[in-house]
Amino acid sequence: MAKQMDKAAVREQIARRAEQEIVSGSYVNLGIGMPTMVANYIKPDKQVVLQSENGLLGIGRSPLKEEVDPDLINAGKETVTASIGASFCSSAESFAMIRGEHLDLAILGGMEVSENGDLANWMIPGKMIKGMGGAMDIVHGAKKIVIIMDHVNKHGEPKILKECSLPLTGKGVVDRIITDRAVIDVEQDCLVLVEVNEGWTVEEVVQSTEAELKISDKLQVTTL
Amino acid sequence: MKKIYTSFNDVVNEIQDGSTLMVGGFGLVGIPENLILALVESKVKHLTVISNNCGVDDWGLGLLLKNKQIDKMIGSYVGENKEFERQVLSGELEVELVPQGTLAERIRAGGAGIPAFYTPAGVGTPIAEGVEVRTFDNKEYLLQTELKADFSLIRAAKGDKSGNLMYNKTAQNFNPMMAAAGKTTIAEVEQIVESGSLDPEYIHTPGIYVQGLIEGKQEKRIERLTVR
Repeated sequence: MAKQMDKAAVREQIARRAEQEIVSGSYVNLGIGMPTMVANYIKPDKQVVLQSENGLLGIGRSPLKEEVDPDLINAGKETVTASIGASFCSSAESFAMIRGEHLDLAILGGMEVSENGDLANWMIPGKMIKGMGGAMDIVHGAKKIVIIMDHVNKHGEPKILKECSLPLTGKGVVDRIITDRAVIDVEQDCLVLVEVNEGWTVEEVVQSTEAELKISDKLQVTTL
Repeated sequence: MKKIYTSFNDVVNEIQDGSTLMVGGFGLVGIPENLILALVESKVKHLTVISNNCGVDDWGLGLLLKNKQIDKMIGSYVGENKEFERQVLSGELEVELVPQGTLAERIRAGGAGIPAFYTPAGVGTPIAEGVEVRTFDNKEYLLQTELKADFSLIRAAKGDKSGNLMYNKTAQNFNPMMAAAGKTTIAEVEQIVESGSLDPEYIHTPGIYVQGLIEGKQEKRIERLTVR
């Protein structure tokens, strides 16, 4: 079933699964792009404070047209509102919060993840380098780093590798990988397959992963 | 009492070719719009600019870039600008990319008398090449040095004649640290008020860091209008 889904539906499914990582009462940073979408699926009974590294602790909903304030944006430069209980701060303070491990969780996008938890998500040699933004700081800050991405690249090649081929964003920083096919934990000495998405088999996941996968005793099927 | 300018051109006339400038803002939010426009007009060149981003093609620091007034850019994310890409690939523009939190802290350090510090950001990545690595409590850190500027051009919502500043929402961003890290700091503010009319409890940037102020009206362009 999951195999026939279009790209938007796949992204939504990954975002919905990533939402399950968010614990009520926590402070969370969501990266730019697909991770930002996760905010749309946060269950109303969860109390979550979303941090934006440009200096906003407490991202609210998108503004109504008449509420738009050009001085109020998220790190993706989209207009936002501040939630009830929000605060503003400088970029230095914002990254002190991040580096100082005060955030519980960060959900970021990825190009490649290696079996020891290295992350590459900021540059492709030979292509114009846009910059790392806050990613290199964030991967060392939040207590838990979850990477959400497609399981394979557009050529069908694995993105979860023995070693990253692209320049790193952080070394040994990833705790969990959520893809359209599986949920994989980075453990001390190996990657552990903990969930297989409905519609995919363990064999298919293992075959589309270059890094070695240990199958969890408590392997589950993800249903959303 | 601080110097209150009435002409943006007068402010930038003090800036010499080859100067290092810090320019406040995140994206187009909190940038000193009118001071940037005056820099474009002044034709001052060979600038080193320290700013998180480099504007867009037709606004903010993108205008200085288009005019080839910038020799070197130090920032964290420059992806919104095609002219930037062209100049880097042709070798006209030198760029130093710095993780955003490291950039903020290097500027903070520059204004706070701290020549260098250790941070985990960038360990094991291309930016660690040639940088001192030190281990504290079994974790590796990179040595990063302070950043200072000849001039810091910043933006605030309100400023009083003693130089005390208040920012609006996420327009604060890099502005407070840059205020302290500039040898000469000029604040473009939306409103200049008399000393004593801002509550001292709510000042973001104390006046000691600010050498001059100028009132200006900003366009406040929006990069990504998102509404529900």
